[in-house]
Amino acid sequence: MPFIDSSLSACLAIIAMWGLIGLAGLLRRESLRFVARTLFPLGALCSVALAVVAATSLGTPAEQAVLKIGLPDLPMHVRRDALTSLFLLLLGAASAGISIFAAGYFRRGAGTDAGLMCLQYHLFLASMGLVLLADDAYAFMVAWETMALSSYFLVTTQHGLPEIRRAGFLYLLIAHIGAIAILLSFGVMQGGSWQFTFAAMRAAHLAPHWAAAAFLLALFGFGAKAGLVPLHVWLPEAHPAAPSPVSALMSGVMLKTAVYGVLRVTFDLLGKPEWWWGIVLLAIGLFSALYGVVFAAVQTDMKRLLAWSSIENLGIIFTGIGLAVVFHGVGMNALAALALIAALYHSLNHAFMKSLLFLGTGAVLHSTGERNLGRLGGLIHRMPWVAWLTLIGALAMAGLPPLNGFVSEWLLLQAFLFAHEVPKSFVSMLLPLGAALVALSAALAAYVMVKFFGVIFLGQPREPTLARAHDAGLLERIGLAALALGCFALGLLPTYVIGALRTVVERLSGASLPNTKAPWWLLMPLSGRQASYSAPVLLIALTAVVMVTVLVVRRLYHHRVRRAAPWDCGFGGLTPRMQDTAEGFGQPIRNIFGVFFAMRRDLPTPFDRAPRYRVTVGDRIWQGLYVPLGALVQRIADTFAWLQQGRISTYLLYSFITLIALLALML
Amino acid sequence: MTTIEILTQALELITTLAAAPLFLGWVNQCRAWLQNRRAPSIWLPYRGIRKLFHKDAVIAESASPLFRVAPYIVFGAMAVAAGIIPSMGTRLPFTIAADAIALVGLLATARVFLSLAAMDIGTAFGTLGARREMMVGFLAEPALLMVIFVASMISATTALPAITENLATQELALYPSLAFTAVAFILVLLAENARIPIDNPATHLELTMIHEAMVLEYSARHLALMEWAAALKLFNYACIGFALFIPWGVSTRASGPVVLLASIPLLAAKLAVTGAGLAFIETMSAKLRIFRAPEFLAVAFLLAVLGLLVHLLLGA
Repeated sequence: MPFIDSSLSACLAIIAMWGLIGLAGLLRRESLRFVARTLFPLGALCSVALAVVAATSLGTPAEQAVLKIGLPDLPMHVRRDALTSLFLLLLGAASAGISIFAAGYFRRGAGTDAGLMCLQYHLFLASMGLVLLADDAYAFMVAWETMALSSYFLVTTQHGLPEIRRAGFLYLLIAHIGAIAILLSFGVMQGGSWQFTFAAMRAAHLAPHWAAAAFLLALFGFGAKAGLVPLHVWLPEAHPAAPSPVSALMSGVMLKTAVYGVLRVTFDLLGKPEWWWGIVLLAIGLFSALYGVVFAAVQTDMKRLLAWSSIENLGIIFTGIGLAVVFHGVGMNALAALALIAALYHSLNHAFMKSLLFLGTGAVLHSTGERNLGRLGGLIHRMPWVAWLTLIGALAMAGLPPLNGFVSEWLLLQAFLFAHEVPKSFVSMLLPLGAALVALSAALAAYVMVKFFGVIFLGQPREPTLARAHDAGLLERIGLAALALGCFALGLLPTYVIGALRTVVERLSGASLPNTKAPWWLLMPLSGRQASYSAPVLLIALTAVVMVTVLVVRRLYHHRVRRAAPWDCGFGGLTPRMQDTAEGFGQPIRNIFGVFFAMRRDLPTPFDRAPRYRVTVGDRIWQGLYVPLGALVQRIADTFAWLQQGRISTYLLYSFITLIALLALML
Repeated sequence: MTTIEILTQALELITTLAAAPLFLGWVNQCRAWLQNRRAPSIWLPYRGIRKLFHKDAVIAESASPLFRVAPYIVFGAMAVAAGIIPSMGTRLPFTIAADAIALVGLLATARVFLSLAAMDIGTAFGTLGARREMMVGFLAEPALLMVIFVASMISATTALPAITENLATQELALYPSLAFTAVAFILVLLAENARIPIDNPATHLELTMIHEAMVLEYSARHLALMEWAAALKLFNYACIGFALFIPWGVSTRASGPVVLLASIPLLAAKLAVTGAGLAFIETMSAKLRIFRAPEFLAVAFLLAVLGLLVHLLLGA
């Protein structure tokens, strides 16, 4: 095709294709077969194409173009540079697996019909692509809003249920409060030129306090999308409400557009970030990480658990960015690059791991109709494919070597190791304590993942209906396997990933890692610091030891196995109800981190006929911040409610007074 | 890779695999003496493992393949970890593949698989043990990481051999930060290895047990591997302690083969003293209620963080 001569136009063509695929869904709205078996695989093909284009264009110089669409005199500027390519790669690679899974996932029409869903889904993908490519505030905001709206409709697919409508409303509300902040941030960044292209913003010279204001507004806006505490309240509501492939897209990909936004504004548009911005990012990131994982540990709904875990992971990503900003601000370039690479690496990792886990819950949900952990269990026997593939995601999420979650954690801790060299007294003392919090969050993540996997897939089925559970279909298995493969690849080949990320970081911030002469299998980010890690060697060693042990045991001893009932202490009557529940698994966390929770315990009295023990775990931030805020807004609204008389003559009077006032002002 | 590097690596691995049950036997013997009991033979752990390997494996009907794979993975992780820790020499070629953070990661891998296997059968004991193990783990792991962090900061690297070499070769200097972290490390060692006051390796009382509850469903060769892995874990933790806090006498880059040979009896001496000390701590303290375990481990974590602060304040 002659008109696709650059990777930028190729990306735009793919985004347009997504739009067309979405519209094609409207042609035969009721035909699930057409939508699921034709359109979604086509969308996945586009995703793969986007990933390939983005990957090949990572190292190439930036390209830009002006599209003559939109309002007159307001053309859309688009630009593709290394940072955009990286996030397009993330979008393409993760959505490829998700779309394939979705092709097998959407079955019967509950709520929104298939064709409309297809439009919303592909519009969501296309708008995320446009957010990454936009090069002026206008295009960015249009794409950003399209992303928010299409995902809102996807969240409310099952709009028949009131709690889902409520979750959708909360999501929409916070998305728009965030969007206002982003818009204001662009307004500050144009710096009096009244040019809203990103090029003008790069050229504008802002006074330090205006730059700080722009940064804080952007942080608020993008933080609302990323689910940073205290703007996280929508996330545990909206992500579980959506169908699982959409949850996977939102958690795995959409949250990363917020990471992209913060990086774009901080390092690119504002140019020279101040070191103390990093402290703000770091503090919010660390708090979100701990807050998210602690809440994840006490959840009893599997998708809600994953949603809270997303808050944790975004917290860790922002911690990395914060550390990078601090290092960058004081001129420690190599370490800034290392911390930024850790943050970007974790973004990639999280896109794969979290999508994999969300899709796993989707398969479980389809097969059992249950989201409540208290009614699941033992599914590894009934759904081995889903169980083993989800196990890979869970181990990666727990940050265990040699999978991918460990690599980004390792890089972040390496960066923290030298945080005390920051030439700011007091700050240099506090920074390394961040490593303690990262370590605590990571260890808690392992706790959460053992709970997640163990309660759903291991043990005995907690309900008799689970015996009818069936494994996922072929397309779903392919989707899951593709994402699991991504986890493996990112874990085993970190040198290649870091090689790509180095270019991105160098183009973005000017900071670069020193060149190290390490072979492909050895990860040694800072030479002379003598820290290295090699996932392939570790995996080979581990496999070798395990294989040798198996062979030796088989050779030297017999391998007879007898099956028997589990040990019941001689009392008999061991039932699945005696297993630890999700609530039980959360109990130590509720005890240790009691201050985080607004807990209410309803205890039975000794005279109850049917004693019930109930504990509800609430979010203190919801009750301490949002409920009073909502009440305040309500009070203000009530105060002005007398303006609304409901009579047309009164409203005409208002218009008349306004006109007079305006005329008086103008003349 | 030179001959001496390969020799050191092989020596470390073989010694750990072979001597780990012996160390456990020594601790048990010391404990019995301190408690005025007649001590069992120091070889008892070996006999136990040998006996278990010869038995028929009985596996619960509801066990999945994960249950049968887990003992091999746990054992494998502990064996690989043994190859990273410089207990006798610092010339370990394998350590470029895994530094101290990866070592913590490996130990976490073993713990996660052990816990998942415990949950696999679906009995009350298994899940209870898994939950408690993960609770101890998520408190102990960051403490251990902070301990390693302080030592890494002193040496500006996370590679264990480099840390050991740095600490072993400089003139005898007392690091106040390492004093704090050493105490934190001892607390972590007790908790992670299911010793009193967190867990009692000799008990099968359901209200208190952690480790034993998890391996309750295992029998025969699987149990043998689990027990051996537990012995390896204790041995590994002791060696991490030596590598960070009493590294003197290990064979370093500058030393010849004689030092490597001499490091074998030296390690034996260190282990003998440590084992006796461990038995002493266990005899002198009572088991904590499980609800008090978080406080115990929070102390370890805070001590490690305090060590970090002391290092940053004093630069030592």
